[in-house]
Amino acid sequence: MPDTKDIQPDVQLAPVQPKVQVEVGQQLPQYDNELTTLNLGPTHPATHGVFQNILQMDGERIISGVPTIGYIHRAFEKIAEHRPFYQITPLTDRLNYCSSPINNMGWHMTVEKLLGIEVPKRAQYIRVIAMELARIADHLICNGILGVDTGAFTGFLYLFQEREKIYDIYEEICGSRLTTNMGRIGGMERDFNERAEAKLRAFLKDFPAVMKEFEGLFNRNRIFMDRTVDVGPIAADRAISYGFTGPNLRAAGVDYDIRVMNPYSSYEDFEFEIPVGHNGDTYDRFMVRNDEIWQSYRIIEQALAKMPKGPFFADAPEYYLPPKKEVYRSMEALIYHFKIIMGEIDAPVGEVYHPVEGGNGELGFYLISDGGRTPFRLHFRRPCFIYYQAFPEMVVGTTLSDAIVIMSSLNVIAGELDA
Amino acid sequence: MSNQAIIDDLTARFGDTLLDIHEPYGMLTFTAPRENIIDVLQYLYNHPAFKFQFLTDIMGINYAELPGNEFAVVYHLHSWTNNVRVRIKVFAPATDPVVPTATGLFAAANWMERETFDFFGIVFRGHPNLTRVLNMEDMDYFPMRKEYPLEDQTRHDKIDAYFGR
Repeated sequence: MPDTKDIQPDVQLAPVQPKVQVEVGQQLPQYDNELTTLNLGPTHPATHGVFQNILQMDGERIISGVPTIGYIHRAFEKIAEHRPFYQITPLTDRLNYCSSPINNMGWHMTVEKLLGIEVPKRAQYIRVIAMELARIADHLICNGILGVDTGAFTGFLYLFQEREKIYDIYEEICGSRLTTNMGRIGGMERDFNERAEAKLRAFLKDFPAVMKEFEGLFNRNRIFMDRTVDVGPIAADRAISYGFTGPNLRAAGVDYDIRVMNPYSSYEDFEFEIPVGHNGDTYDRFMVRNDEIWQSYRIIEQALAKMPKGPFFADAPEYYLPPKKEVYRSMEALIYHFKIIMGEIDAPVGEVYHPVEGGNGELGFYLISDGGRTPFRLHFRRPCFIYYQAFPEMVVGTTLSDAIVIMSSLNVIAGELDA
Repeated sequence: MSNQAIIDDLTARFGDTLLDIHEPYGMLTFTAPRENIIDVLQYLYNHPAFKFQFLTDIMGINYAELPGNEFAVVYHLHSWTNNVRVRIKVFAPATDPVVPTATGLFAAANWMERETFDFFGIVFRGHPNLTRVLNMEDMDYFPMRKEYPLEDQTRHDKIDAYFGR
């Protein structure tokens, strides 16, 4: 094999004419005024994360925007190539840190698909509850902050109390709050206990009133609607071309939802709707997220009511840590405990892609195993990274204050953007 | 819409240039030559029945031990009308890691290809703005290539062989 280190690809190749012309942005008219260059970010309070936009401004109008990202790039894909599977879960926590459980479960399900592990129904239902709670928390943050960016702080404070309660439930399920590392390959690390159930029931009881109050504050609020209706619209065909998924795509009127298209973790057992918007503007994104919160609420109620009895982990001794009692008592459990912790299990050869419906859209894990103890290659399809490239197209022609609102409603999470 | 129907149609159109057709975990996977990868993508895009019009992802792989095929670019396409996914691989040698761009078909391919270039140094011919996207611009290597180890090579207390890496 030639030494690839010496090969520097020539980036200055002459551009060839693509088969189909793609329009990048729009043709800018000639400006007589003096233009201002504005650095929005990297540490601007309104960007909600570390990323930068270099905006060319004519007065308050934006005439072009160039996003610069990668400020919190942590090389997760490279690190993952050197970690046994169970040590990759904490990396996924830090992708979209507003809804870590979805990332964790997505990763577990990817590995389970590779290994052919069938997870018991009870574990699947617990996972559904955790994932839907995460979706609620994710949307609460996005919509609450959208309110803050339009000048309404109250709704944010109301919602953050509920988010706090969701984090309390996480704590009962897995012991941690923000970066959850929840679940294990093959099931959950512990059963769904009474305290978790009590907290969940209390949350389900209190939440609708708060959410209704929030919706009452915003949904038909004149000031809020003036700031969001017809701001940053994106048509369905552009959104699809830009790889939009999740609430941002559904706001444009496309009912694409992985939970329905490719059900995983028993989502086919539950009754829920896919809310869609009309023209994909900021208001539609806000409303779609609000409606999705109610649908998630419905799913949690059903999952709790139908929660099956039985084991909460699969019979996968090579991946699921044996109970500690067993480790002290039985030789076999001790061996497996040691082998798992030291990462001495060889995975089968194969390549698998598993998508889940993350807080922001299709969160995909593409895992290639060459039969070793670590992934040969692991790629995260991060919805934020893919749809954020549409941001310049969406903000050109709007004002700076609208750009902030558009960015906020896209729910760009820096951790997921940069991986 | 079965995978067999798709592959029958594709082989009728492209002959036996499509190699290594298999279905790992139910997803149709094949290798296309890099000269006509855009034709394949365009054909699948325009096909009246298949309608593979959503680009899920583009990513690179470094198969360090495959001489002549060191780099692969993987396209995941999704047909929403049929709810079928396909995975297309394109190989390129390390001496000439150049693949035509898909930005003409999908706007989303822009940053996906920039990311692939950023980490593997795979050049997408015809890309409107092929610069690094996540790493610093003055970086002079491509970190996801297998020749770059993760850990600091000056440390002797961490021997990968102990951990089976």
